[in-house]
Amino acid sequence: MIEVGSVFFPLLGALIAGFLGRAIGDRGAQIATVGCMTLASICGVWLFFDVAFGGNARTVELGTWIASGTLEASWALRLDTLSAVMVGMVTVVSTLIHLYSVGYMSHDNSIPRFMAYLSLFTFAMLMLVTADNLVQLFFGWEGVGLCSYLLIGFWYDRESANAAAIKAFLVNRVGDIGFALGIAGVYMLTDSVAFDAIFAALPRLTEQTISFAGMTVNAIELCGVLLFIGAMGKSAQLFLHTWLPDAMEGPTPVSALIHAATMVTAGVFLVARMSPLFELAPFALSMVTVIGASTALFAATVGCVQNDIKRIIAYSTCSQLGYMFFAAGVSAYPAAIFHLFTHAFFKALLFLGAGSVIHAMSDEQDIRRMGGIWRKVPITYAVMWVGSLALAGVPFFAGYYSKDMVLEAAWAADTGVGRYAFACGIIAAFLTAFYSWRLLILTFHGEPRADARTMEHVHESPPVMTVPLILLAIGAVVAGAIFYEPFVGHRFQDFWRAAIRIAPENQAMEAAHHVALWVKLLPVLMGAAGIATAYLLYMAAPTVPALLAARFRGVYLFLLNKWYFDEVYDRLFVRPAMRLGEMLWKGGDGGVIDRFGPDGLAAATQRATRAVVRVQTGLVYHYAFAMLIGIVVLVTLFATGRL
Amino acid sequence: MVVGLGHYLAVAAILFTLGIFGIFLNRKNVIVILMSVELMLLAVNVNLVGFSAALGDLTGQIFTMLVLTVAAAEAAIGLAIVVVYFRNRGSIAVEDIRVMKG
Repeated sequence: MIEVGSVFFPLLGALIAGFLGRAIGDRGAQIATVGCMTLASICGVWLFFDVAFGGNARTVELGTWIASGTLEASWALRLDTLSAVMVGMVTVVSTLIHLYSVGYMSHDNSIPRFMAYLSLFTFAMLMLVTADNLVQLFFGWEGVGLCSYLLIGFWYDRESANAAAIKAFLVNRVGDIGFALGIAGVYMLTDSVAFDAIFAALPRLTEQTISFAGMTVNAIELCGVLLFIGAMGKSAQLFLHTWLPDAMEGPTPVSALIHAATMVTAGVFLVARMSPLFELAPFALSMVTVIGASTALFAATVGCVQNDIKRIIAYSTCSQLGYMFFAAGVSAYPAAIFHLFTHAFFKALLFLGAGSVIHAMSDEQDIRRMGGIWRKVPITYAVMWVGSLALAGVPFFAGYYSKDMVLEAAWAADTGVGRYAFACGIIAAFLTAFYSWRLLILTFHGEPRADARTMEHVHESPPVMTVPLILLAIGAVVAGAIFYEPFVGHRFQDFWRAAIRIAPENQAMEAAHHVALWVKLLPVLMGAAGIATAYLLYMAAPTVPALLAARFRGVYLFLLNKWYFDEVYDRLFVRPAMRLGEMLWKGGDGGVIDRFGPDGLAAATQRATRAVVRVQTGLVYHYAFAMLIGIVVLVTLFATGRL
Repeated sequence: MVVGLGHYLAVAAILFTLGIFGIFLNRKNVIVILMSVELMLLAVNVNLVGFSAALGDLTGQIFTMLVLTVAAAEAAIGLAIVVVYFRNRGSIAVEDIRVMKG
């Protein structure tokens, strides 16, 4: 029952707050959702220890969903180490975000709706991670997509929020095409959508091929690539990342939830969950590695020049997801999930800290108009430091353990793509430290650049917001050190057991512990260099960045405009689609269907009626005449014997 | 000259036709229509009386009495309607009575 509780308590909270919100009021909705989430997180943490450390992996059947021929999908909660890690992390982080939202959203006038969406979001993610088959996973997958749409567009009276919500939804749909095709492909290959059956059948099918668009390709490779395209959409990897920064239009707790716990990590989870498939698909794996590594580098470069505090952190998420993917790509799934796990803490911390800053600065988000507030918001300042230290991989903070493990694994994979990933990761590590400290310094230090009225108003957030921050900060400090050994230590196989399958020839996990010393030290050194550079540029010589931006104007604009991805997509996809839509609307729908369909029928009816109406003159003698004619006709017929 | 059934019928037919034309050619006044209707009823009465006399059956003449009574009632009601209509609309010209026009 614990298993059911951990997944369905959030749904209960969402239903109470969503449907009874008017009856129980704002306070009632907050109590209901936070209470349910707390219960869920207690269950989740218990499960985490019981399943992951106690080794009690199990599957709880809830009922049959689809039974049609060989297509059988059930509602089930599959709890192995992988999903237990996710359930524990998601419930805990989500509970803290719920608690924080009570304070952050206190001035909003639709609190029950917000709390209901948050809980529903968490529920969808929990359904996703505990899925026992691909169809249920798809249900959770689309559930998080829907909730992200609802939450990004939460302030629906803002046009930009609506646009961002639609963009997130549509870009995710692009990935979902890949995912849906991947599921179909897997079903075609293995005749099942249940994980156990798929994983059992796959090793026999390595030689299977599919003819696709005139090419004959390995079927498992194709499925791997398609599934990864789905993961790219959800996890905002290069080419499908454009929705993530725009998703910052939602309230800050939503950003924290999307980025830390519930949505973007789903892609990484999918790759780890499908590890038996990806292990048989070396090409798909190298694609995962290359895309992940490129994303890590790309997002980090963009993050360095952004000015919106939330966007910087959003690009940082994008970049860190890249790390997770290339770790998975070199078969170091445990390292990927470990980074996902630690990242959840410090990224939620950074986002909620940023929310606290925004709260203090009267809804200002531009770091160029902040500065000099660190004495006034000591707790926020401290936790942002902790989050940044963890993000930059400074030793003994959570990020240090996971990021180093990821990079060592990439190096230890000893392949071309692994080397590429390592190089990208090292440069990104430098940039990560740089933009983190740029954010810290510009936000908290230097001369205040906000106007006097805002500065007067700067205040520390209430305890309901700072307590979750402090708890997350503790997580961001210790999560790495505590869980390093079980997650990715020498005996990681004993921890993950059957949840993750790594082919014997892929030894990156083990080899990562035996890399040269310089490989172990380089990420830390790069991080330190990044911090030092940021300190020099923004603290010691604050005039230099502007000079650099002016000197290298082309590069600066290229980065500021996010490599012009949005513009290119606008030209390539959005505008042609709009033109096509306009053509079909005006030409096809209006010109053909409406013209000959409803409009044409209506016009014909009207014409016929107008002719008939003329008979109805309203003059009595016309009617009488008609009667007379009728009688004459009748009589004639009668008289001639025809009637 | 003996006045036979044929003469009665001829007179009745002429009266009936006059009534019909009175209704259709009249474009002025509703009262004329009423009078024409009355004329047609009378033509029918002449027919009835003529046949009654020719066939030696009194039923036709009794029926004529009934028709006359109904015609009187009808004339009274018709005139009442015309009066009310005039009060409401200020006109009883046939051209103006076209509220039923679709």
